[in-house]
Amino acid sequence: MSLLLCENVSLGYDSKVVLSDLSFFVNSGDYLCIVGENGSGKSTLMKTILGLKMPLSGKISMGDGLKQNEIGYLPQQTVVQRDFPASVWEIVLSGCLNKSGFSPFYSKENKKRAKENMERMNITSLSKQCYRELSGGQQQRVLLARSLCATEKILLLDEPVSGLDPKATSEMYSLIYDLNKQGITIVMISHDIQATVKYASHILHIDDDIFFGTKEEYINSVKGRLFLNTKDGEE
Amino acid sequence: MSAMFEKLSMYFEFPFVRYALIAGVLIALCSSLLGVTLVLKRFSFIGDGLSHVAFGAMAIAAVLNFTNNMLFMLPITVGCAILLLMGGQNRKIKGDASVAMISVGSLAIGYLLMNLFSTSSNLSGDVCSTLFGSTSILTLDVTEVIFCAVLSIIVVIVFVLFYNKIFAVTFDENFARATGIKASAYNFLIAVIIAVIIVLAMNLVGSLLISALIIFPALSSMRLFKSFKAVTICSAVFSVVCAVLGILISVLYGTPVGSTIVAVDIIGFVIFYILGIFGGKRR
Repeated sequence: MSLLLCENVSLGYDSKVVLSDLSFFVNSGDYLCIVGENGSGKSTLMKTILGLKMPLSGKISMGDGLKQNEIGYLPQQTVVQRDFPASVWEIVLSGCLNKSGFSPFYSKENKKRAKENMERMNITSLSKQCYRELSGGQQQRVLLARSLCATEKILLLDEPVSGLDPKATSEMYSLIYDLNKQGITIVMISHDIQATVKYASHILHIDDDIFFGTKEEYINSVKGRLFLNTKDGEE
Repeated sequence: MSAMFEKLSMYFEFPFVRYALIAGVLIALCSSLLGVTLVLKRFSFIGDGLSHVAFGAMAIAAVLNFTNNMLFMLPITVGCAILLLMGGQNRKIKGDASVAMISVGSLAIGYLLMNLFSTSSNLSGDVCSTLFGSTSILTLDVTEVIFCAVLSIIVVIVFVLFYNKIFAVTFDENFARATGIKASAYNFLIAVIIAVIIVLAMNLVGSLLISALIIFPALSSMRLFKSFKAVTICSAVFSVVCAVLGILISVLYGTPVGSTIVAVDIIGFVIFYILGIFGGKRR
């Protein structure tokens, strides 16, 4: 049984179909990259996996004992967050909220968990700092630590390196790769085809005709070669 | 100075001054609590919008000759608050436009009704005092003060109990929802609390100045503090101190209560702003 299984899913807003007849699966420990043009429905797909939206048709099911609320999520930055007065500690701790149930306050275990994940992301020294005063890379690490508080199984990342400088970008990628090696399943939307080919184990290319398969299959496919070459040509 | 205290203690002989102070402090405390959330959600003007709804409801209550306005206003305002805050990001008319629409609409209907059916000879005076809350806080009786106290205690308790959830939902609604937090339930809760606070605050500062009571404490403390908890506590203290000062000044010098409190809030904001600039430079 796969961790995540999409069968003949169609996505869209209202009755306008953005993406139709999509099937793929994610096994435990996979590193899946979703690539595709702007507007091809990548973010919509992610929202549907998270349960924020309903698919128009088809089915998304979870296996291996994965529950809907055990999916960690690294969203793109929102306007609200840009001037939100919150300390790093408060944000990371808020990831534990789905574990505290009806209790109005955080337990000792929650706090311990938050501390561990901050160490993992190397942001313990920033604990008291204000989120909006951090650099882009630091902010992403804070949000990653928060996602890790929410789950240890699967992480969905929506363009985690957009707006980061090259150094922070490569740091972010290796951080995510380390998490994957620790056994956390990664599903990532990415525009960076080079990094995708470097790190991913599977690739889902959303386009008029959809490609899904392992990285090796993608590199050898007509579609993959075409996409890789045009990207090279641009740079 | 001593003459001032003598005058004050003389005024405090009167029960209505004491009631005003109690009610003022409670309302200031409540309204500051959710200010931070509202400012960040880009709903700064919801206070103004909802207060106009409350004004419209009050006009209807007056026309229908209800004895207790508060019991009529509360459900209507709560309903509108839920309507405004619950739609989320997918609705057709977005945040600021829907606030403006409801605000202007109910203001017009309220005034129209008052004009058509009012029995009072001093119509513009009535409207003015409901909008600016000129003296109504000084005319509270015991039951109103108790009602006000009970509601504000409930608001504070609910806020403390759900503080962590309110933080999570405000900071990142999608993440909260994706990880299994019932975000819409908490949005509903926030909407109800806000509506209750606004109906309470109408007694103190009147319709027009409620936004000030919600926004100034939050904006002032956001100049100085860096964590959500510190900002929330600071804005509560800021709001209560300004309310007490404002009421005392208005009692001493006979100025209108609502506008005096807001004036003190503005002075407080300027002080915090300057402190924030210096605080920023030191680092």
